[in-house]
Amino acid sequence: MVENRRLGDFFAHLILIAGVAIVAFPVYMAVVASTLDADTIANGQMGLLPGSHGLENYRRLLFEGTSYTTRAPVYGMLVVSLISALGIAIGKIAISLISAYAIVYFRFPLRMIAFWLIFLTLMLPVEVRIYPTYKIVADLHMLDSYAGLTIPLIASATATLLFRQFFMTVPDELAEAAKIDGAGPMQFFRDVLLPLSRTNLAALFVILFIYGWNQYLWPLLITTRDDMQPIVVGIKKIVSTHDALTEWQLAMATAVLAMLPPVLVVVGMQKMFVKGLVETEK
Amino acid sequence: MEKRAIFSNRLLPYLLLAPQLAITLIFFYWPAAQAVKQSFFIEDAFGTTSTFVGFENYRTLLADPYYFKSMGTTLVFAAAVTALSLSLALLLATQADKSLRGAGLYRTLLIWPYAVAPAVAGVLWLFLFQPGLGLAARQLQRLGVDWNPLLNGAQAMTLVTLAAAWKQISYNFLFFLAGLQSIPKSLIEAAAIDGARPARRFWTIVFPLLSPTTFFLIVVNIVYVFFDTFGVIDAVTGGGPAKATETLVYKVFSDGRLGGDLGGSAAQSVILMLIVIALTSVQFRYVERKVTY
Repeated sequence: MVENRRLGDFFAHLILIAGVAIVAFPVYMAVVASTLDADTIANGQMGLLPGSHGLENYRRLLFEGTSYTTRAPVYGMLVVSLISALGIAIGKIAISLISAYAIVYFRFPLRMIAFWLIFLTLMLPVEVRIYPTYKIVADLHMLDSYAGLTIPLIASATATLLFRQFFMTVPDELAEAAKIDGAGPMQFFRDVLLPLSRTNLAALFVILFIYGWNQYLWPLLITTRDDMQPIVVGIKKIVSTHDALTEWQLAMATAVLAMLPPVLVVVGMQKMFVKGLVETEK
Repeated sequence: MEKRAIFSNRLLPYLLLAPQLAITLIFFYWPAAQAVKQSFFIEDAFGTTSTFVGFENYRTLLADPYYFKSMGTTLVFAAAVTALSLSLALLLATQADKSLRGAGLYRTLLIWPYAVAPAVAGVLWLFLFQPGLGLAARQLQRLGVDWNPLLNGAQAMTLVTLAAAWKQISYNFLFFLAGLQSIPKSLIEAAAIDGARPARRFWTIVFPLLSPTTFFLIVVNIVYVFFDTFGVIDAVTGGGPAKATETLVYKVFSDGRLGGDLGGSAAQSVILMLIVIALTSVQFRYVERKVTY
């Protein structure tokens, strides 16, 4: 453009670097704190540079747990988080794929009612029906179980809408050809539709894995046992309300471990992540 | 739009829909219906009998000063987070939209906080601003600020706002950047040739053309603050001090945890449901327009 590009670009870089620094700062401080010893932090002597207790802190945290607040080793929490995040992501994708397939490729009574029933769950997030849902899960004996952590969360209007939209764009000729060749509906689904949906599946998986990993309110409600707690819930217990008891170096190490898997997924699968984010908002 | 190529099978479509429908009915509609029903009843202290009381629970709730306080807290929180996070994201997106060297790297470095759980984001900021320990808190104290969010409600609110807005920057940034990239460069070039300076070009051309994105993001951010910041609040303040950071969702949670007033808690849930319905409808009306234009 007509202005001095070089000066404009210089300021743009400056603003962006400041933005990146602001965004990264709290995380950087968490990493630094996770390498210090308890006294340095408690005495308010923490600086900007990491210390030398990193390995020891992470080892203790992962396999022994903290001394005061919760004794559960964080290793177990990571396992719970991983299993439930995978369960939620895969469960949501699986049941939404087949529901969307039924709605798009079949004509049957109650079709539109089924569609609207699924669609309207968008308006019923768990936050607005906390205790009645808790009661049902309790009545079904699903407290403190993987079933309780995953199943009530795997209905997905968003994923169903996304797959419905995608199936609509698949040319009719494919299904017609499959029918002429004598393929049944499930064969068409498995051999034609599923391979075509690969990119959508991957994009959705990234978003839903993060969604599942970051669940907080629901696991907080339905888990009481320390060994059934995801790490995102566990971290709150490590940050004790009695200030003096909080082992901040371990709390921050937990925060780092809680962030690492979803952040790696976003950075490593950035293209899929952006695609998933934009498409689930349509 | 309807498909021509359809399969005929009497049973199969129902089987395919069964898992999703079972879950929505058992874990979504049934509890929602329970909440609506309970909001019209009052249970006795032992939970053995319940009496139909009409809108009594709602009347009690709306006469409760704490409920209004919580409503006000939620609105202030929503406004602060939305304003802070949108303006920062817009500033960064307009810079990243210029064809700079390393633009892709900046994008990567700005989007990852999306993956951080609200509760974890809360803990990070809590530590940074922990009186006597955290780097930011020590800096404030050195500057003579009497910083103690455990006692000072306004400071607690500032802290949860920072944490909640921080996490939302990446989302807003991505959508603003996409919005900016879809604005035809020729419009801006034409204005530049006519002598409009960058600031003027931004406010008279770019910002108005970006308004659908901005509006969409305002709704999304309000929904986020209302319903997804539970983890931030719980990790940072637990609703305190003296309920200064108790949002509507947090209030349902903490009132219900103490047990007791089932009807009142249900009435709160029903009001929240109405809020989600209203917000989602606004969002979808907008999306429809985006499709037709």
